[in-house]
Amino acid sequence: MSLDKKTVARIAHLARIKVPEEDLEPLAGELNNILGFIEQLNEVDTDGVDPLASVVEMNMRQREDAVTDGGYPDRVLANGPETAMGFYTVPKVVE
Amino acid sequence: MTKLTDLTIAQARDGLRAKEFSAVELTDAYIAAVESSRPLNAFITETPEIARDMAKKSDARIADGSAGAMEGMPIGMKDLFCTEGTLTTAASHILDGFKPQYESTISKNLWDAGAVMLGKMNLDEFAMGSANITSYYGNVVNPWKREGDDTDLVPGGSSGGSSAAVAAHSVIAATGTDTGGSIRQPAAFTGIVGFKPTYGRCSRWGVVAFASSLDQAGPMTRDVRDSAIMLGAMAGHDPKDSTSADIAVPDFEAALTGDVKGLRIGIPKEYRMDGMPAEIEKIWDQGIAWLKDAGAEIVEVSLPHTKYALPAYYIIAPAEASSNLARYDGVRYGLREEGKDLIEMYENTRAAGFGAEVKRRVLIGTYVLSAGYYDAYYLKAQRVRSRIVDDFKKAWNSCDLLLTPATPSAAFGAGENQDDPLAMYLNDVFTVPASLAGLPGIAVPAGLDSKGLPLGLQLLGRPFDEETVLRGAHVLEQQAGFNAKPQFLA
Repeated sequence: MSLDKKTVARIAHLARIKVPEEDLEPLAGELNNILGFIEQLNEVDTDGVDPLASVVEMNMRQREDAVTDGGYPDRVLANGPETAMGFYTVPKVVE
Repeated sequence: MTKLTDLTIAQARDGLRAKEFSAVELTDAYIAAVESSRPLNAFITETPEIARDMAKKSDARIADGSAGAMEGMPIGMKDLFCTEGTLTTAASHILDGFKPQYESTISKNLWDAGAVMLGKMNLDEFAMGSANITSYYGNVVNPWKREGDDTDLVPGGSSGGSSAAVAAHSVIAATGTDTGGSIRQPAAFTGIVGFKPTYGRCSRWGVVAFASSLDQAGPMTRDVRDSAIMLGAMAGHDPKDSTSADIAVPDFEAALTGDVKGLRIGIPKEYRMDGMPAEIEKIWDQGIAWLKDAGAEIVEVSLPHTKYALPAYYIIAPAEASSNLARYDGVRYGLREEGKDLIEMYENTRAAGFGAEVKRRVLIGTYVLSAGYYDAYYLKAQRVRSRIVDDFKKAWNSCDLLLTPATPSAAFGAGENQDDPLAMYLNDVFTVPASLAGLPGIAVPAGLDSKGLPLGLQLLGRPFDEETVLRGAHVLEQQAGFNAKPQFLA
């Protein structure tokens, strides 16, 4: 499987990273190099093997469904690049 | 008299107890050491005022008999741990100016145990790298040099600021985090001890996330005893991290009995790779001989899926990273680059804020998780991960620890190994399998290569059997008698 410029542009958009047109080709080369290395996994017989998502062999603990934190909007917003009236602000999304 | 900055944690603890010096004196000596080691670029933020304040409180606790396990110990905090009110960057431009409003559990545990913060350590951006050359704040320089050669060498990565500073005696110890080898590989490159505990032993709460199923914090210290002391202070169950293990923390220092008689040490034959440098093979054979001399039983074992660990890792880690790093969007913290609409603001912010290696990994991760490729890549890698875990489980039937080299080479120059990202990934070939299996692993300095650079050996153990890992590492350390020092000392 090999990535072309168009696919790289699509992935970059999915990842919300602007990639200038002239960088797409070299980036495709780098990503294909990595994907080529990854391809060797196909040599491994994994029929009937469950995918492993966590190495923690224990059940997740449950806790009481109660509020244990919060109530300090100023601290939550303290690092926001732009905030106003207790909210984060973003460019207009509704016309 | 010995310089205060030459003392290990255990020695400094004894000195403080015996009132030979105060915590403030020890901290002042380290503040001077931090300043004189600036050429290494090991710190992103120095915090001398915080350190002095903490040291004064340590002296008060020592005086009233309430000293903790790390009382008065001036340490470096990898800049991946959120520290309340102190700039936390993950070495990324995208976290410009971020001052967390909360403290990570690991750093809080260390401060509660009396440790003193000298500053925040440089690292690879978002802990992605093996040479500390992807930091927005510049490369870290290894305090070691090749004999007769002035080339700057890398300190390993991603915990490269931590490793360089511990080796150069500009901190008594430092925290690291290890996703695929980011504690053990830099420890080996700088001649120090680096210990990644079992996944779940240390809380991940408040640690900037890279790959959540792999990330694990651990100590980076000058010797094995110090790692035992420091891990004891870091570890423990944390309700704020649902993957943190609810298992009692043993007295790790008590595990250092000096006795490995009858312990079965497995030598995985698949780690003897084609094209392995003769010096790496030699130090490994030497390590085998040392443990045998000390009374351990050496057994050959097989971990047949070893060669597939790296390719599986380079699907799983970028996939998790692409998801974790989605939060850096210019809205809640850090950098914002304006755009004509919301989407373009996101795209401009992430284009300006992430470095080249982070972008590569986010793109690979996005691709392997995207519609149509999820099964072929991501699920396949998770199935291979199951195979790798099974390999280790089988190995534990015939051995108690595994001994391997820590890295496939000694430290290299900053420009010598970076043309191809893949060549850089191979640095972690010996450390990644244990990361995928969540196992505890320690790198111990074992000797010098022909150019005078440190080489490390790695011991791996069963899940939550850090005590046996430490016991083996302690004996290995005694047998190796490694006492070489880098050319640059603070």
